[in-house]
Amino acid sequence: MTTTPERTEVETVTLTIDGVQVSVPKDTLVIRAAEQVGVQIPRFCDHPLLDPVGACRQCLVDIPDAGNGRGFPKPQASCTLPVAEGMVVNTQATSEVADKAQQGVMEFLLINHPLDCPVCDKGGECPLQNQAMSNGRGESRFAERGGIKRTFPKPINISAQVLLDRERCVLCARCTRFSEQVAGDPFIALAERGALQQVAIYEREPYESYFSGNAIQICPVGALTSADYRFRSRPFDLVSTPGVAEHDACGAAIRIDHRRGKVMRRLAGNDPEVNEEWISDKDRFAFRYAQTADRITYPQVREDGELRPASWTEAFAVAARGLRDAGAAAVLTGGRLTAEDAYAYAKFARVSLGTNDIDFRARPHSAEEASFLASHVALSGDVTYADLEAAPVVVLLGLEPEDEAATLFLRLRKAARRGRTQVVSVAPYASRGLTKMNGRLVPAAPGAEVEVIGSLKDAEHGVSKDAVILVGERLAQTHGALSAAAELAAGTGARIAWVPRRAGDRGAVEAGALPNLLPGGRPLTEASARVDVGAAWGVESLPAKVGRDGNAIVAALVKGDLGGLVVGGVDPDDTADPAAFRAALDAAGFVVSLELRETDVTRVADVVLPVAPVTDKAGTFVTWDGRTRSFDAVFANPSSLPDLRVLSGIADEIAAIGHGRPLGFRTVAEVRDEMQSLGPWDGARPALDAGKPPKPAKARKSGGTAFALATWKQLVDLGSMQDGEEHLRATARRPVARLSRASYESVLGMLEAQPGSEQLVTVTGDRGSVTLPVVVADMPDGVVWVPARSFGRGVLAELASPGSTVTLKGAAQ
Amino acid sequence: MTDTLTPVLTDNWDADRAWTLASYEERGGYAALDKAFAMTPDDVISTVKDSGLRGRGGAGFPTGMKWGFIPQDNPRPKYLVVNADESEPGTCKDIPLMMASPHTLVEGVIVSSYAIRANTAFIYVRGEVLHVIRRLQRAVQEAYLAGHLGKNIHGSGYDLDLIVHAGAGAYICGEETALLEGLEGRRGQPRLRPPFPAVAGLYASPTVINNVESIASVPSIITNGAGWFAGMGTEKSNGFGIFSLSGHVTRPGQYEAPLGITLRELIDLAGGMREGHELKFWTPGGSSTPLLTPEHLDVPLDFESVGAAGSMLGTRALQLFDETTCVVRAVLRWTEFYKHESCGKCTPCREGTWWLTQTLARLEKGQGDEADLDLLLDQCDNILGRSFCALGDGATSPISSSIQHFRDEYLAHLTHGGCPFDPAASTAFAPVGASA
Amino acid sequence: MTSDINGAESLERAGLDETTWAELREIADRYPEKRSGLLPMLHLVQSVEGRVTPEGIEACAEILGISAAEVNGVATFYTMYKRKPVGDYHVGVCTNTLCAVMGGDLIFERLKDHLDVGNDETTEDGKITLEHVECNAACDYAPVMMVNWEFMDNQTPESAVQVVDDLRAGREVHSTRGPRLCTWREAERVLAGFPDDRADEGPAAGPASLAGLSIARERGWTAGAASDRAEGESK
Repeated sequence: MTTTPERTEVETVTLTIDGVQVSVPKDTLVIRAAEQVGVQIPRFCDHPLLDPVGACRQCLVDIPDAGNGRGFPKPQASCTLPVAEGMVVNTQATSEVADKAQQGVMEFLLINHPLDCPVCDKGGECPLQNQAMSNGRGESRFAERGGIKRTFPKPINISAQVLLDRERCVLCARCTRFSEQVAGDPFIALAERGALQQVAIYEREPYESYFSGNAIQICPVGALTSADYRFRSRPFDLVSTPGVAEHDACGAAIRIDHRRGKVMRRLAGNDPEVNEEWISDKDRFAFRYAQTADRITYPQVREDGELRPASWTEAFAVAARGLRDAGAAAVLTGGRLTAEDAYAYAKFARVSLGTNDIDFRARPHSAEEASFLASHVALSGDVTYADLEAAPVVVLLGLEPEDEAATLFLRLRKAARRGRTQVVSVAPYASRGLTKMNGRLVPAAPGAEVEVIGSLKDAEHGVSKDAVILVGERLAQTHGALSAAAELAAGTGARIAWVPRRAGDRGAVEAGALPNLLPGGRPLTEASARVDVGAAWGVESLPAKVGRDGNAIVAALVKGDLGGLVVGGVDPDDTADPAAFRAALDAAGFVVSLELRETDVTRVADVVLPVAPVTDKAGTFVTWDGRTRSFDAVFANPSSLPDLRVLSGIADEIAAIGHGRPLGFRTVAEVRDEMQSLGPWDGARPALDAGKPPKPAKARKSGGTAFALATWKQLVDLGSMQDGEEHLRATARRPVARLSRASYESVLGMLEAQPGSEQLVTVTGDRGSVTLPVVVADMPDGVVWVPARSFGRGVLAELASPGSTVTLKGAAQ
Repeated sequence: MTDTLTPVLTDNWDADRAWTLASYEERGGYAALDKAFAMTPDDVISTVKDSGLRGRGGAGFPTGMKWGFIPQDNPRPKYLVVNADESEPGTCKDIPLMMASPHTLVEGVIVSSYAIRANTAFIYVRGEVLHVIRRLQRAVQEAYLAGHLGKNIHGSGYDLDLIVHAGAGAYICGEETALLEGLEGRRGQPRLRPPFPAVAGLYASPTVINNVESIASVPSIITNGAGWFAGMGTEKSNGFGIFSLSGHVTRPGQYEAPLGITLRELIDLAGGMREGHELKFWTPGGSSTPLLTPEHLDVPLDFESVGAAGSMLGTRALQLFDETTCVVRAVLRWTEFYKHESCGKCTPCREGTWWLTQTLARLEKGQGDEADLDLLLDQCDNILGRSFCALGDGATSPISSSIQHFRDEYLAHLTHGGCPFDPAASTAFAPVGASA
Repeated sequence: MTSDINGAESLERAGLDETTWAELREIADRYPEKRSGLLPMLHLVQSVEGRVTPEGIEACAEILGISAAEVNGVATFYTMYKRKPVGDYHVGVCTNTLCAVMGGDLIFERLKDHLDVGNDETTEDGKITLEHVECNAACDYAPVMMVNWEFMDNQTPESAVQVVDDLRAGREVHSTRGPRLCTWREAERVLAGFPDDRADEGPAAGPASLAGLSIARERGWTAGAASDRAEGESK
């Protein structure tokens, strides 16, 4: 589904390295040209994704001819020297000068290094250790002549997660350069001078960056370690399996290092087209959610009001009978499913339950959004990561990339840093992420997005046919906003892409886990689409009526129009109205829960079926840019079944009692084959239908000043997939409420410098209240922003619906 | 025939209140402005090129050529930055110049900025010279009030702002790209080149960085012509320069003379070495230039001849040491200086100076053995030309040159079990006739 | 007030007074790009706080829109910035090679002994902070001592002791070729670009600076045209 960027002719330069002629693109650095002829020049500060710095001097080579007939009198750093036509380079492999220069630098690096490899986490995978073996001398002249090493007190925490051991540091500045150049979080910097130079935080400001783990990974020595992994294992005891990060829709490549059935750590994989070599700290550090004590390991059925263990066979049978007896049933899934699992739910709903009542959107959603997904998202693949770097303007609508799509954020920041891409964001305030992208804010209060998006057509915003519009899932919260976005794209010729928050969302669209879409982006309303799918599935007909969406399913359960419910990985507190969702669970005649861990759904379900976490199954995530990212199981765990296998078990039993038919697959491979042979819809895309606006919410009686509620989830928060990660959670941004200056003063009185004291505000909505510290931000008056899942059970459960009216009052300390 | 001493920059230092605008103008100061404004900027550059003026900060790069590198088609603003961070041990010419006659520098800044088409200029002066900074601040203020700075200077239509910027203690900021980092409010660590400052210097804009003495020489060249300047000095080292004599000489101080004068002549002018003592070793241009000995007394002090003698003209900082001085102690102290001032960016300089200091300190105490001398030379070989900037190179100069000339004295420390010299004998306040 | 710069909220709790905040902003505004003001801003912080304090670092970070870690990186790079409180007078004895050989080492030892402090330490009365410093570009006046970065030329152990005794006793001391000495904090304020009124004090040049010129005057040596224009005007 992705497009390969067109290859343009690159000017090449031919040079000779160690006697071997090689042609490389112009501007290639000598150190990388040497790799082309198989020569690895040792290096520390060099990193292909950071600006060249030439600091460590480890990569010195001899240049007898710079391409102009003259040589350099002194060895040159190959990491900063671009190739030139006719240049002659002699590396350590062929030049005594280069070899001695490298040995000399290595010796210098080691004089102040503790040489504590046996107790160092990096031992065994350490560039310093490896290159000291390959390019250093065997004995230390420093030690043998009584040299005195520089010492520092042992490791210091530069954040709750990252530890710094200054003695081991070789001052290559990769970490500080990464933080400044890539992440935009210069909270570590070099301090002091000369031999006392060291990486440092400011004493009152820890290194809290969403991307801090990358600094650890690119550290070429053991100076930076994570609290999570420190002293946990030796690299040579680990088995590495490639994977795909499951925390967002970016599809970052990761490497999963495990030992004896347990994930020990995760590292960034290298995928130049997606995440390059970077991942967020959530992608890196949040994996123990699958190893917590409340993990469900066996099927359970409810008997006399209590859940009891059951065999798979029994559980399948109980589920099948219960669903049959409950009458009309529906399916709700979360956003974490693999595409294969989502497909199984989509098929299960249609074939076994005979309904289109299925929705993966376990969050506020709308009918307009379902239409938008069918018309503009399914099967789309117009925009890639690389396209963002080429676009002169990238518009963000209802999307905060640093929090909601961290890998995408890094790419946008890279594009912006190059100075060719202007990021324009329609949001309530200029977030730190937007600032780091040098982005321009077009302020919009919740509810005002339609008008604001309409104004983006004006020339001043530069939205042209080369622009890219990125639409976040939150845009669905304002009626008409998705249509406005589509109109903006149509009117300007700009390309549009939808960026959901969760890894499984896009795959669920493609798999048809929606009331209006069948697999392969087939519009349900198209008879030929239903016939296609029906034929492929071997059923006479598929239900033709567009199903209920998540909100309608909840309402119908409460009302009694629906009786049965299959829930696959939904946290009630993520849904549009958590109380209503719980009421629906209570009202439902029969609830089947497929879950990883105990939740409020499993606690009331009639049948609970454990499903495999991503480590235990193969699968595919479809990224926001329509890229299929398949991964294999890390662990072979026969008792841990993917959702699709569980569903096929239930379907078999349902078929046995005379409904539907078996799903026809039991493995991921079989589902993939089936999806493949079904293929994509090749008919016309349905038109976007905004539908009727929802009834305006009743104005509430206010006991304070009324504000519109803006909210989104911060990257690191109380989400259940970060459970068990105390160090990661400790780096979360502090929950605050944001107000404009005028709003602040209207609620709390004059804004004054009050050293040491901080104002608190109580925000009250129709679902509860929260009291948070206040931060003044440049945002429209009458709007309050709070993080969605950073306190209690979150905004949806305990405060109000996004965009609704809340009241504010100053609170005592 | 040129006179032995040629006071130009120093010529008004003995004037009453020489630092004031009144005194400076009384002697014809700021007249070079009108002459320059009557020329095109390119003609000013040509004149400076024709004069043969070479950078007075040590490296000796032709000043006019440096100005010519400024890409005038670059739309970004151009900047002139004066390197007044004089910190090379032994160097002490710019500081007295700015103290005595800051307007000479200011006038030079205006002409030079006009030539390169800069409308903002900076004087980056080291912070540890409070009174010099006061005088610069006052001079700039006076020049603004007199219409020599600001908008439409002398009715020429040319605008210039000049900012005096105090550093904060870092020898490395004498390196021009480290200076730019300091001026941009960053750690003074040298930048990667290319891009060179002429293309992307201050604020990534075309920037000329010149030493105080270079810029201060410009008004006299404009006033008296390129030929006048080129007529002094030697074939490739034109003009005059301030020679700074310090140490064991009878009358240390500033001696402004055509390039090519010899140390023998200068010592003679300065009343000879202090009574009862003789020259043992000297630096021609600060501690980063390899040591020379009495056998080099007749080397013409110009760029080429000093280079041929195995050292560098540098900043003409002639530090003279007599036979009461322990060369090992002297070299150790310099090495400690380089260790203290190493910025930390690159490995050879940062770690190398750390190690060199330890090796030298042991030798100075009479510990170690002769192999340590070879170790020192090998360490120097691993630093020289391997470091990011010239600071590392400079750190090796005193060591390798002293081992070359005074190997026996190092060995004497080993046989003596420590330093054989009496440190009191070398002091300025030692009784006459004291000896080691 | 609180703000969002770099995620570090509430930086303006820093305990500097309004005037200092205003002056720090004024320094930043002198430059085409604000961050250029950082070095002089830190000098101003020292003049107000007696050292670089966390409050000063945070204020600079806030005004310049950079992280406090970056300011800290700068503040710890340059040796004139002090982390410990500095006394009323900062006494720096040059112990770089030439001054050391010419007597700087002995002066420094004598002062340590006399003041009963070590390097970079302050006397108990808070008057004097003693430090050995690197070459201060006055080698022709060796051995040299700096008091609040004013030249005290041609020192001996005895003269140096006299200077510090006078300073501790509150007697007026003059730089040997400069003005009356001010306090360290006052000096830092000048370095921050807020001049005092002492520029006209002291001579244009000390005797060593004029060594060559006097000989030229005696012997009638000139550079030709350049000095012709001044003929008859010199003394």
